[in-house]
Formats: sequence, structure tokens, C-alpha cells
Amino acid sequence: MIDVFPPAFFFLIAAGIVAFLPQGIFRSALLLLTPIVAGLYIYDLPHGVGGEVELAGLTLEMMRVDKLSVIFGLVFCLASFLGNLYALHVKDSIQQIAALAYVGSAIGAVFAGDLVTLFIYWEGTAITSVFLIWARRTEGAYHTGMRYLIMQIASGVILLGGTVLLYRETGSIAFDKMTLGSLATWLIFLAFGIKCAFPLLHNWVQDAYPAATITGTVILSSFTTKLAVYALARSFPSTEILIYIGAVMTLFPIFFAVIENDLRRVLAYSLNNQLGFMVVGIGIGTELALNGTAAHAFAHILYKSLLFMSVGAVLFRTGTAKGSELGGLYKTMPLTMIFCVVGAASISAFPLFSGFVTKSLILSDAAHEGYYIVWGILLFASAGVFHHSGIKIPYFAFFAHDSGLRPKEAPTHMLFAMGITAFLCIAIGVYPDPLYALLPYDVNYVPYTTTHVITQLQLLMFSALAFTVLMRTGIYPPELRSVNLDTDVIYRRFLPRIITKLRNIISGMWLFGTWFASRKVAKLVKTLHNSHGPEGRMARVWPTGAMVLWIAIILSATLIVNFI
Amino acid sequence: MASASIIPSLSIIDQLPLLTIVVPMIAAPLCVLFGNRHIAWLLAFIASLVSFLFSAHMLLQVIDGDVLSYHLGGWVPPLGIEYRVDAANAFVLLLISGISTVILPYARQSVAHEIKKVSHTLFYCCYLLCFTGLLGVVVTGDAFNVFVFLEISSLSTYVLIAMGAERDKRALTSAYDYLILGTIGATFFVIGIGFLYIATGTLNMADLAVRLADMGDNRTVQAGCAFIVVGMGLKAAIYPLHLWLPSAYTYAPSVVTVFLAATATKAAIYILLRFMFSIFQPEFVFELHTLTWIIMPLAILAMFAASLIAAFQADLKRLLAYSSVAQVGYMILGIGLATKISLSATIIHLFNHGITKAVLFMVVGAFVMRKGSSFIKNLNGLGKQMPWTCAAFVVGGLSLIGVPGTAGFISKWLLIDAALEADLWWLAMLIVLSSLLAVVYVWKTVEVLYMNEPDESIVIKEVPMTMLIPMWIMALACIYFGLNTDITLTSASVAVNSLLGGGAQ
Repeated sequence: MIDVFPPAFFFLIAAGIVAFLPQGIFRSALLLLTPIVAGLYIYDLPHGVGGEVELAGLTLEMMRVDKLSVIFGLVFCLASFLGNLYALHVKDSIQQIAALAYVGSAIGAVFAGDLVTLFIYWEGTAITSVFLIWARRTEGAYHTGMRYLIMQIASGVILLGGTVLLYRETGSIAFDKMTLGSLATWLIFLAFGIKCAFPLLHNWVQDAYPAATITGTVILSSFTTKLAVYALARSFPSTEILIYIGAVMTLFPIFFAVIENDLRRVLAYSLNNQLGFMVVGIGIGTELALNGTAAHAFAHILYKSLLFMSVGAVLFRTGTAKGSELGGLYKTMPLTMIFCVVGAASISAFPLFSGFVTKSLILSDAAHEGYYIVWGILLFASAGVFHHSGIKIPYFAFFAHDSGLRPKEAPTHMLFAMGITAFLCIAIGVYPDPLYALLPYDVNYVPYTTTHVITQLQLLMFSALAFTVLMRTGIYPPELRSVNLDTDVIYRRFLPRIITKLRNIISGMWLFGTWFASRKVAKLVKTLHNSHGPEGRMARVWPTGAMVLWIAIILSATLIVNFI
Repeated sequence: MASASIIPSLSIIDQLPLLTIVVPMIAAPLCVLFGNRHIAWLLAFIASLVSFLFSAHMLLQVIDGDVLSYHLGGWVPPLGIEYRVDAANAFVLLLISGISTVILPYARQSVAHEIKKVSHTLFYCCYLLCFTGLLGVVVTGDAFNVFVFLEISSLSTYVLIAMGAERDKRALTSAYDYLILGTIGATFFVIGIGFLYIATGTLNMADLAVRLADMGDNRTVQAGCAFIVVGMGLKAAIYPLHLWLPSAYTYAPSVVTVFLAATATKAAIYILLRFMFSIFQPEFVFELHTLTWIIMPLAILAMFAASLIAAFQADLKRLLAYSSVAQVGYMILGIGLATKISLSATIIHLFNHGITKAVLFMVVGAFVMRKGSSFIKNLNGLGKQMPWTCAAFVVGGLSLIGVPGTAGFISKWLLIDAALEADLWWLAMLIVLSSLLAVVYVWKTVEVLYMNEPDESIVIKEVPMTMLIPMWIMALACIYFGLNTDITLTSASVAVNSLLGGGAQ
């Protein structure tokens, strides 16, 4: 039935085996080996379409192997390996199984050649990942998980709706390039958009990711949104609206990230911002831009994991990830500090770090294709990233005022996980050719030209300067001056105010709406219970005569209808 | 058989349509004559297995669109009685005999637990008669013969339900109610056939179809159609003619509920299909009116009203009974839409729902055996104590909701497809919405089984293997037919073709 063995099954089978293996060396080995084996297998897969399965008259393609799916499959395996290594101390079967099944679903979705297979794995990622949130086993985590699950399932249901419509319209369920226009494609677009955390659909990221377990966040942050990026890159390249959506995505999280105190939440916001870059790349849709998107997703998964890992290590040792309560940790956690700085440098796109060689692909192409405003926004957003992720995270966690905390260095396996990730971040930055070779299209791009490096350094240095000055004068964080002094008033002050106002209005309306709706629903359920409940009119055991009466009524109705 | 001497070329294979019925029919009195409950069970099982094998063989014969026509006593139709097997009824025969064969091993322990030993032989006798009746209703090609077999199955069903009186005396009143209503239904049906006989002078279905072809304006035929639809509708438990069903299912012995839920309404649905699409021409104006103004609204009403009632039920057995009424709604919705896809959906849902409900009611029977109750509040935390039984419930529940990968998904998907094909957007939405109600009542039970702490420290054992294995055969069938749709889809599409074209051949 299946001619190519789907790599997703490595993970799903491993998840099944883990359920029966006792905790210990074998289980740990399995957790680490599965991604390695799957990764090597994916690397060697011949390109083409396979794994066709018949279901209800539809031909499903379980395996579509091309360069775009391979690079995402590979980085998912890599991220899974690093995440599992980082989580080696966790002895919670539910988390281990959920993590494996989650990665399996994500990889399955990446190789899906049709929308029905995609849908099945799409829902798979939702259902498996929520256990990483519930694994906190607190009341709050339960509710957060529920909200997360509702969003994710909604995305899946919308995807299914779009698929059905598309099938009716075109008779095809191919998961391939589409053009926005019909209701079907808009629904599919929306489904991808929810998972990709488009503006106004993004709240689940900030809501859920910081609520997961320490290790759960590391795993969560790598897959769901990047899967959506892959789906968009596959289906909607060169869709112009994506450029603007992406530009907004890079911008708005900055404001929230700067005022946020919980460092994991800051990272969740910056995740959004980074996704924006990728979405812009998809929207531009040229070969260079799609290369940029794929490369950036690759690099991003690594450095974002690294940052979540280092903050997670801090949280693991100190029990808090609040910027105001941390500080001075470099004295006792020097290695974690170094890794965190590497991650921060990567996300800020310092030359010689991974972010630089990937982000510049997108930036260059935006300029090249004539989207100057978008280019400007992206540049501004890059500076913003440097602020909230590049400087804020390491600064508040490891330097700043001394909090007096003297935690131990992170456990060895965490250090290894972070060390490997940090090494990869630098390796890609220094020698990007192997990564470029994996990209969907041929790359004739040289990241290290004088202009690029100088522009980037200027940007970064001035940001750093601004930060230092502001820190020294005590203005940061409540009042923040930024790189671009002309526009910062609008961006930093008025916009947040307008946003806050808007947010209050919207959340007010929302609260009223939900209050109203929940009252109505409660009333409706009560009415229904009165009529349909066990004692209700509808469900009572009727006297025989009444039953016969119904027969008479239906018979006369049928006769009347027949005779007319 | 006597016919063998008249038509010498007949071999045993040609006798299959008759043998499928005759084997259980002869086994039934033997159960009582032997008077031993172990032998009675064995006879029932063997008879059921033989019928199953025969049905399977017949389905293989007709799957390419052929029709088996068996002339009873060698009398040539339309004068003589004809047994006529095409893909449509071979498929239903397979369902009925298959379910019966799987649940009989389960029945042994469950019956021993719920019915006193003296009555066992009588139980298996009635069971076999009911089984014979249902098979006969499906296999026969003679309209009056349908009535005869319907009465055989109904009368034995009343007895079977009344046997639940040992657990709960209300079984007697439910059996009585069903007796009154069932008799009215059967009478209506026979009145309808009488009208058709007056109009055409024949009782053979194929012959009826030919003679009715240009009688669309005949008032007698129209009245006959109304009586048949209502009479069979009552047997099929079309909402609001379902009122006998919840109590009957709730208070009958567990095995009887499993058997009736999985087969009895299905046979009635099949007869409805046969009459609406083979005998009456779907082009008849009055029939279109019936489909649009009676069948469709009642189907939608059933999907919601019955699901809502189910969502509020406190007794799991009654909950599932109402869910059956709702599921019948989906089946007659397919009839109401009257397209090829929708009729395939009806036939597949008939099959899929049969195996799904069989799992679920078998699980309830296991709960009744171990906890002595089917009230949801008494099932706290059984997921830990009876892991296999509860897991089977989850599988069945998922299939009932229609989760992809289970049998229930396939039929609902086809139904939605049919609604979309007819450009009825709102209908497709309603199908999805009503499935959400199924989520409510399935989840409600799963939550109690798995999330709640067990009530007491008394150790509750898993049910014996003889019950677990049948349960899991059906549960795995739910998954198998959700993944591999070749058998069901092919049979259904051939069945639809023979329904639409076969009658007039």
C-alpha cells in the first residue's frame, strides 16, 4: 500500500514504544535516537511523490518529497533531538509521548501531498501538543490548554471546510500553490493564518507558550507556527497580502515585548515578530525570498529554541522567569549566560551569527523587488528585535541589578543541548553554504558584503548605544527612545496608546459579548433541559395513546402531502 | 427442498437464498426440543454462523450487479413467492447475520447473568425466530412475505424485550407499548400493500414496479405509499414515531438491545429504501413530495431533537437509544435527498451505525454485568478497572461522532458530500452541528469513565474474554471500515444501482 515509509511513523511508533518502556536508559536512548534516525532517513529520501493511499475514493499522498519539505523535515528532526536532549531530566511519560507524537504529526504534515493528509496531521499536532501544556497539571494550565486547543482545532476545522469546498469546486485536494479568490482558498488561508499567528489571531502564542512546562515550551516553540509557515510557503507564495500581514506581524509584537516582564512571554512575542519576516518572504514569493523564508525558519527554530532553553534553564534553577526578579546570574550560570548571548546575537542578526545570513536574504529581496516601505519596516523591526530579545533577555536575566540569587549552573544535559544549538547558530553564521545547499532553490547570494555588514552593524550599534544611554540615564524601560528618533514618538507612544485604547474597547465588547452569550447559552441549556432533559416533555415515556396519536398525525400529514 | 425435483439443475449454491432463512428457522424449535441451554446456545451460534457464511457467499455472487432469483416451491413469479437477492439486500443480510454471529458468544455470559436459567432455551428460540424474521424481511422479493416475516420478527422481539423484566419490571410495559405500536405499524404496512394489490393485482416486488410505472396519479397507490411509509417508519423509529424505542432498548436484556439496535431498525430502513426507490418510481410527484415535506424535515428533527435528549440522559443505555433515533435521522436524510451519493450514504451508514452501536451496547452490557447498573453516575472511574471495555467504548464513541479514521466518518462524509452536491449548504452545516451534539454525549460518558475517581474500593474485574473479544471484533471493525472503504463503498454503490434499476428489470 505504501511504497515510501513515511518518516512521521518513526516518531509515532517510537511514541507507542515509549508508552511501554520503563523510564531509564533505554527510554532516554529511544527519545534521542528517533530524531537522529528519522533525520538521516529524510536526508537520503529520493525526491518525488509516493505513499499513495486510497481513502473513500480519494487518493492521498502521504509522502511528497522535495527540497522544501526536506529542509523543514530536517530542521524538525534537529529541533526534536535538541528538545529531547534538553528534556532528558523529565520523567513524565505523558510529556515524552506527547513530544514524540507532536513531532511526528508535524513531520507528517510537512510531507503531506494533499489537503486531507495535511488535515489529519494538522489536527494531530493540535491534540498532541496540548498535553505539553496540560503537563504542568495546574488549574491555570488546564484552562490555557483548553483555549489553545480550541484555537488549534478551529484552525483544523476551517482547513477541513476549505478542503471540502475546494474539492467540490475543482475536484482536487492537492496541497499545492493556490490563488486567493474563492471562499475555499480564503478558508484554507485563514486556517494557516491561525496557526501562523497572524495579527489578531496571534494571542494563543503568548497565551499558551509561556504556560507550558519548561521543556514543553522549547518543543512547542519549534513546530506549530513553522508548520504554518511551511503550509503558506507551499500554498500561497507571491500572495501580496502576505507581505503586509508579515510587515504588521514584525511590528506590533515589539511594543508588547518591550513592556512585558515575563521573559518567556517576551520570547513568545519575538517569535511572532520573527514569523513576520518569514511571512513577508512568502508574500514576495521570488526564489530568493522563498529561500530566505526556508533558511530563516531553519535558523529561527535553532536560535529561538536556544533562547527558550536558556530562559528555561534559569526558570528551572530559580523558579521564576520574571525580568524584575532576576539579574546577576552570570556569576553562577556563566555557560547558560554565554549560550543565551549567542542566541540573542543570532536573533538580532549580528554578522557571523545565523540570523544574519538568513534574515538578510529576505531583507535584500524586499529591497530588490521594490518594497521599500516594507523594507524599512523590516529594518525597524530588526532593531526592535535587538532591543527586546537581543539585549533585554540576557541583560535582565544575567546582568542588570544583582538580584542576590545564586543558583547552580544548569544541568549537564541542558548545557549540552544549549551548547550544540549555540554551536549550530554560530556555524551557520560563519559558514552558511551547507544550509544554502539545502534550500529549495539555487542560491547565488553572498551575505558577507561590506554594505550588508556595515548596515547591520550600524543598526545594531546605534540600538545598543541608545539602550546603553537610556539605561544609564534611567529612562528605560518605562520611556523608551529608539533608533529612529523622528518616528519613535508615533511608534512608541501614540501607537501603544491607541492600541491600548482599542484593546480596551475591543476587550470590553468581547467581555460584554461573552457575558451576554454565556447568559444566553446558560438560559438556552436550561430551556433545553426542561424540554429535552430526562424529565422533560420530549424524553418522557409517553402513554400508549399519545404514541398512537403521533402515528395518526404523521399518517394524515403524509396522506395530505401525497394527495396534493 | 421440493423444488429440487422440479428444477433438477439446482445445486446447494442455488438454494442459498432460502437456506439462509431456513437454517435458523429450523434451529429455533430445536432449541426448545433439546431443552438444554448449552445446546440451545450452540444451535443458535451454528445457525447464525451458517447464515453468515451463506450471506457472505451471496454477496460475492451479486457484487458485480447480478441478481439471484429463487422461486419458492418452483412456482414461477409473479404468482409464486420469489426470494430475490441483489447487492442491496445481500449487504444488509451480511450485516444482520454478521452482527448476530459476533454477539452470540457475548450473549452466553450476558444472558446467563441477566436471565434465569429456565428461560434460556426459550430465549435462544425467540432470538433465532427474530433473526429469521429479520433475514426474511430482507431476502424476500414478495411484498406480502415481507409482512409475514416482519410479524415473525416482531412477535419474538416483544417476548425478548419482556424477558428484561427480571432486571426491571418496566420491561413489561415497554414490551406492551411496542406490541401495540408495532402491530399498528405492521397493520399500516399490510393496508398499504393491500392498496397496491387492489391497484395492480400483484404482490411480487419486481412485478409491482413494472405495473406501477405509469400509475403515478392513482389515488389508491398514493394512499398505499403513505401507509407503507408510516408503517415502516414506525419500525425504523423515524422521529416522532420512535416513542416505543427508548424504553424498549433500555429495559430489554443487554444482548437483545445490542441485536435490535444493530439490526432491527436497519432491516426496516432497507424495506423503506426498497419500496421508495425500487417499487415506486422516484420520479412520482407524490413520492417527491413525501421525501421533501415529510422525510427530510423529520430527519433533521431527529438529528437534533433526539441528540439533545441523548445529551441530557442520565442512563447510558437510554442515552444510546436516543442516539440511535438521531442516527436513523441521518439514514433517512440520505433517503430524503434521493441522489445516488445520498443513498450510498444511507446504506453505508446503516452498516457503520450497526457495527458502532453493537460495540457501544455491548460495552453497556458489560457495565450492567459488573456494576449492575447503566446509570452514568454509577460508572465513575471504570476506565481504570475495566480498561479494555472502556477503551472499546471510546472507539465506538469516536465512530458515533464520526471522527476521521473510524467508520462513522465515512458515512457522514458521504452524507455531507451528498448535501453539498444538492447545493444544500445549510444542510451540510446542520449535519456537522448535530455531530457536535454527539461529541457532547460521548464525552460526557468518557469523562465519567476516565476522569472521575472510582466510587468504592471494591475491586471490579474486567468482563470475561468471551465478552471482550466480540466487543473488540466490532471495535476493530469500526476502525477497519474507517480506513479501508473498498468493501463498503463498492457494495453500497452496486446496491444503489440495483435499488434504482433492479426493481424494474
